[in-house]
Amino acid sequence: MTENQLPATLAEIRDDFLALEQRERLEMLLEFANELPELPPRYSEHPDLLERVEECQSPVFIFVEVEDGVVHLFATAPREAPTTRGFASILVQGIDGLTVDEVLGIPDDFPNTIGLTEAVSLLRIRGMTAMLGRTKRQLRERVAA
Amino acid sequence: MTVETDSAPKFAGYAHPERLVSTEWLEAHLGEPGLVVVESDEDVLLYETGHIPGAVKIDWHTDLNDPVLRDYVDGEAFASLVGGKGIARDSTVVIYGDKNNWWAAYALWVFTLFGHEDVRLLDGGRDKWIAEERPFTTDRTTPEAVDYPVVERQDAEIRAFKDDVLAHLGHPLIDVRSPEEYSGERTTAPAYPEEGALRAGHIPSAANVPWAKAAAEDGTFKPVAELDAIYREGAGLTEGEPVIAYCRIGERSSHTWFVLTHLLGFEDVRNYDGSWTEWGSTVRVPIVKGAEPGEVPAR
Repeated sequence: MTENQLPATLAEIRDDFLALEQRERLEMLLEFANELPELPPRYSEHPDLLERVEECQSPVFIFVEVEDGVVHLFATAPREAPTTRGFASILVQGIDGLTVDEVLGIPDDFPNTIGLTEAVSLLRIRGMTAMLGRTKRQLRERVAA
Repeated sequence: MTVETDSAPKFAGYAHPERLVSTEWLEAHLGEPGLVVVESDEDVLLYETGHIPGAVKIDWHTDLNDPVLRDYVDGEAFASLVGGKGIARDSTVVIYGDKNNWWAAYALWVFTLFGHEDVRLLDGGRDKWIAEERPFTTDRTTPEAVDYPVVERQDAEIRAFKDDVLAHLGHPLIDVRSPEEYSGERTTAPAYPEEGALRAGHIPSAANVPWAKAAAEDGTFKPVAELDAIYREGAGLTEGEPVIAYCRIGERSSHTWFVLTHLLGFEDVRNYDGSWTEWGSTVRVPIVKGAEPGEVPAR
């Protein structure tokens, strides 16, 4: 178990944000938003499979897959909600390809540590915390199933 | 220096037609000296994905709220914020935003706390502008900073605090939240995050008029006759009586404040920005649950 150990992928994203001025952090978040991959057809054609993150202001949906012990995270959010897309994109890029234990070990307060609480406000960061929480919960369900 | 007002016939029926501009008017006046266009959205990054050419961004949370106190910024911070955006005390400010101008109306209300005289909304907001395929850009706006005087915020006229609401009970209150929040089924808007209220329901005697009822399909404000039907006939508001509007944190109710004050011409309208997140967590204030307004409690 790698309990509460931040995976290198997410640590790198965090360090990249922290190295920037507040204003540039917003720009990087927008870059993440633009990089959120399109859903593969098996999900874009079956939105019923996706779970809505109720805590987010904008409709954002996530789905977790486990294949040979490797985790894949899919997410979608509207273009009109770039902040939410940015949060989802950070998690997708940071989580995709990790092992189950690595994902379950991500500290729950990760969203508060990447230097965005001032740039986007603590209130909005809660949406990302909820996304991470639901990702981990879905993952536990998949593994238990 | 004030930019001419929009004399569109649609606005003529409103009490203060000078508070609105149409998308046609704004496109024709873009770049005019004395005019500053401000975008204010729910999403802090939406402006960066595209905005009206020359528009500056003001974020309701990171710019207008004090970072420590639950309060708005003070006169010094406001002067530095808007001066830095190229807004002078005599500028004509036109604000627009997403979601039927929800956050734009909130920004307008905060500008009014500082007595900024000429501040208007773009009727239909961001979505209408985009739908009409008017000029839109991601080019960064680099406004030239100007001096804005440090003006003390004047809360008394248009802002109500909890004790003001308690003293006001017996006069009209408008609860602009969703029916589910009003009845107490939930404490947050459907699909919105929990912002922390310990009790659910509404302030006794408040009429429930969800804020978006004031907007037509295309996001513009409804004509005055329809607004009269909603607020005068429907909610029973009458001339000369003070009104307080509230929601969850005071943003949706600033939209209603705009409608009552500038479109219908009510003269004593206050926005209770503490709203449900304060009332619903306050010890021993009266609360009514269910779909009915309920009685004003005896004192």
